[in-house]
Amino acid sequence: MELPDEPTADIALTLNGEAIRARVPLRQNLVDWLRHGAGLTGSHVGCEHGVCGACHVQVDGVVVRGCLMLAVQADGAAVETIEGATSSGRIRALQDAFFNRAALQCGFCTPGMLLQAAELLERNPDPSRAEIREALSGNYCRCTGYHAIVDAVQAAAASLRA
Amino acid sequence: MPDTALPPDGWIGRPMPRAATRRLIEGRGRYTDDNAAKGELHAAFLRSPFPHAAFGITGRDAARALPGVRAVLTAEDLAPFCRSWRTESRAFPGLVSPEQGPLARERAVYQGEPVALVLAASRAIAEDALELVEVEWDELPAVTDPAKALDAASPSTHQGLTSNLAWRTEFGGGDVEAAFASAALVVEERFTFTRHTGVPLESRSVLATYDPAAEALEVRMSHQIPHQMQVHLADLLDLPMGRVRVIAGDVGGGFGIKMHVYPDEVAICAASRLTGRPVRYVCDRIEALMADIHAREHVMQARMAVDAEGRILAFDADDIQGLGAYSIYPRSSTVEAMSVLRTVGAPYHFGAYRARLRCALQNKVPTGQYRSVGHPIGCATTERLMDLAAAARGEDPLEFRRRNFLPEAMMPWTNPAGGRMAELSHTATLAEFERLLDLPGLRAEIAAMRARGRCVGLGFSAVVEYTASGPGAYGPAHVPVAAMDTVVVTLEPTGDVVARASVAEIGQGIQQGIVQVVADAVGVPPSHVTIHTGDTASAPHGGGAWASRGAGVGGEAAWGAGRKLRAEILKTAAALLQSAPEALDLRGGQVVDANGTPRMALADLASTVFFRGHELPGGVQPQFTATHQFRREEDVFLTTNGLQASLVEVDPDTGIVTPLRHWVVGDCGRLLNPLLVEEQVRGGVVQGIGEALLEACRYDPGNGQFLTGTLADYLLPMADNACDITVGHVETPYSGSALGAKGAGEAGTCGAPAAVLNAVNDALASRGARVSELPITPTVILRALGTLEASE
Repeated sequence: MELPDEPTADIALTLNGEAIRARVPLRQNLVDWLRHGAGLTGSHVGCEHGVCGACHVQVDGVVVRGCLMLAVQADGAAVETIEGATSSGRIRALQDAFFNRAALQCGFCTPGMLLQAAELLERNPDPSRAEIREALSGNYCRCTGYHAIVDAVQAAAASLRA
Repeated sequence: MPDTALPPDGWIGRPMPRAATRRLIEGRGRYTDDNAAKGELHAAFLRSPFPHAAFGITGRDAARALPGVRAVLTAEDLAPFCRSWRTESRAFPGLVSPEQGPLARERAVYQGEPVALVLAASRAIAEDALELVEVEWDELPAVTDPAKALDAASPSTHQGLTSNLAWRTEFGGGDVEAAFASAALVVEERFTFTRHTGVPLESRSVLATYDPAAEALEVRMSHQIPHQMQVHLADLLDLPMGRVRVIAGDVGGGFGIKMHVYPDEVAICAASRLTGRPVRYVCDRIEALMADIHAREHVMQARMAVDAEGRILAFDADDIQGLGAYSIYPRSSTVEAMSVLRTVGAPYHFGAYRARLRCALQNKVPTGQYRSVGHPIGCATTERLMDLAAAARGEDPLEFRRRNFLPEAMMPWTNPAGGRMAELSHTATLAEFERLLDLPGLRAEIAAMRARGRCVGLGFSAVVEYTASGPGAYGPAHVPVAAMDTVVVTLEPTGDVVARASVAEIGQGIQQGIVQVVADAVGVPPSHVTIHTGDTASAPHGGGAWASRGAGVGGEAAWGAGRKLRAEILKTAAALLQSAPEALDLRGGQVVDANGTPRMALADLASTVFFRGHELPGGVQPQFTATHQFRREEDVFLTTNGLQASLVEVDPDTGIVTPLRHWVVGDCGRLLNPLLVEEQVRGGVVQGIGEALLEACRYDPGNGQFLTGTLADYLLPMADNACDITVGHVETPYSGSALGAKGAGEAGTCGAPAAVLNAVNDALASRGARVSELPITPTVILRALGTLEASE
């Protein structure tokens, strides 16, 4: 939405594999633009100060906090959200494991949690429970108490190794 | 009563994943802020920066002149569109809680109280405009500490009140003085419980759309009880109930935070009515931490009398509750304190009880019902006294509990606290608990850790929870709360079944439980059942999500509706098949005869009825929509029981407490879905661990400023400071209902703080230290160890 007196900039990026051009308010953070500018509401806003991990998205292959990065900083970058990771199928094993293990309740943290867990499994295909807890320690979940999430990540890792 | 024949190989009791989570794992959830309305305005609130201040809004022109700003609204602007309200309850006669409106007028009584509202083209512009609103603030003395609030010399929370006492009571039974006079042992402790809050990851959100032509309000909001909001919005905005629709789509956690009537949410609805435009508002995190309800601020002085044989004689509890600036609307914050005092001693037999309660008004955000309302305080108080008594007697803490559990043969029994104890399974639960823990092995493991110098401790807690509140809870108080539920089931022409339920899904998984109940009740697979909840236009009135009521109350409504539909299907099938309904059954979507031989597919029957009605015999009018409304007539609450154990490690140098493992055995009656129940328990336990070790809403004791407005200040359990949790079950179905389900969703939170408190004290015992304050922060530990002075 173009707003009165709102300074903007034009950006070009790859979003979930698609080349996109957009005009974004200079002060808008990446997750707000993804949600309200690009219409990708799978990334969530939980704290807006980099603690909760609900806004996790992948930028140039690295999981980042979408609330601590401005949309203009994504100029030239490749951004992947939960929608892109879902349609590419690259986190399918984790998604199946989360579903089967009931590793989510309200689901608000889940997209960020899944992206973070996928990053862990890429660098460590056989993590211990403690390593999983450490890797996910920047993703707040009020519902599950984390035990089922750790189980699900282990199960996904095992299925990917098989 | 509906017939109670659960199929022997049915879906109830199966550990099925929740079907709806398929959407959520793909990022396809639709939470409130994922919806936009054409022509919407975005709202931002000017909130009081002071806990107590007189104020005047002296200039709005600069804010209004900002491009993109549509309106700058004050209490006076909203008054024509919205009534004020006051919390009243016949359960709490004389309760002092002043009149409230959607925005404060002239005086703010807690930090974060909304005083003005900006509507603009974006949230960012609305926030820009807030800075341009000119306000004259006259800061007034703030009341913060609940005990000091009750001193005669304390300043007043509200202008015109001479006392900060909101309400007081005394209750109990038996001869407490005689019990303590005759006791062989008296243990006593003073407990301090610090305020904390629920922190659902999705903060409170609302999108209100008033249609001036239809004179109708549609509100999407993140709420646990859409039907309750429909009642109150209709009342406050003076609209017919049928012209208020409340929709709670996907809800990102509730925990009690989202079951109240908040001034800001009402203000958004009034602002939509004023402007005739959709208005969207999402609490940001600092607003949520500051202005969501808080809970559990108590100073508890408690003692327990024990006879020479080690049997409990009496409890004596004196509680001061920090209530906040208002008693929360509509249910009243005092409910929490009464729940605390009713929970004291609940697992045990005792002859006498005295409870004294004083609820203190403070210049802090109101407290309210939060997961396991009050129970964790009553449980921690009781269970710490149990450990103190066991230690004083030189006895094993589980043996002391075993002797004092209320014997099954004595139930039902109304204890001296007024709690009716029925169908509890302390004996079986303790046996399962001991099996699950492998206590000899665990104790050897602990001894080995201690031999290596590790400061570890094991703590227990026994839990009794009052769940699934019946009409007797709020009805006599004349508080408009539905303790009943409605489920409507419809057979579609394809043979699919659609259920519309007044229970609410907030992540706990009740939709899945209801689907399994309907599947069994009708005789179709769960894959053929679709459920809709959370929309007042979809389901008739009912209670929503609170008090762990979905299975025990909503489940009964679903069973009743499903059985009615099944009976109608069999009656119609019998007419078509020239058979008798009693000779037919419906299994797996097939009408079968007594031998189980398929006679007709339900899909064929349904399409015949809906599309080829001319084939039906004369006089057959199938009613393929069935409704059941369930209210429980007996038992105001369904009591549940359980046991928890916590193993913790204390670092005596840093004071950091690390939970190592946790165990739970619970009896919540019939398990509709053990997979989902276990995850409710685990999530609840970690919420309780947060309460025990981390979470605190802190205020500056001098100026009353709120100090924990970010998640770097308000600490939460994360994956690396939570632990694995072993869960076991005992299943004692409630005899007064078809399904026998009781409440499951809050028991973990009820017992975890007590178990952790006892575990920390067990760890500290060898060092001669003890703690009685929650959360048990490093500072609390280091003070107990003498490393820090009390004043540090």
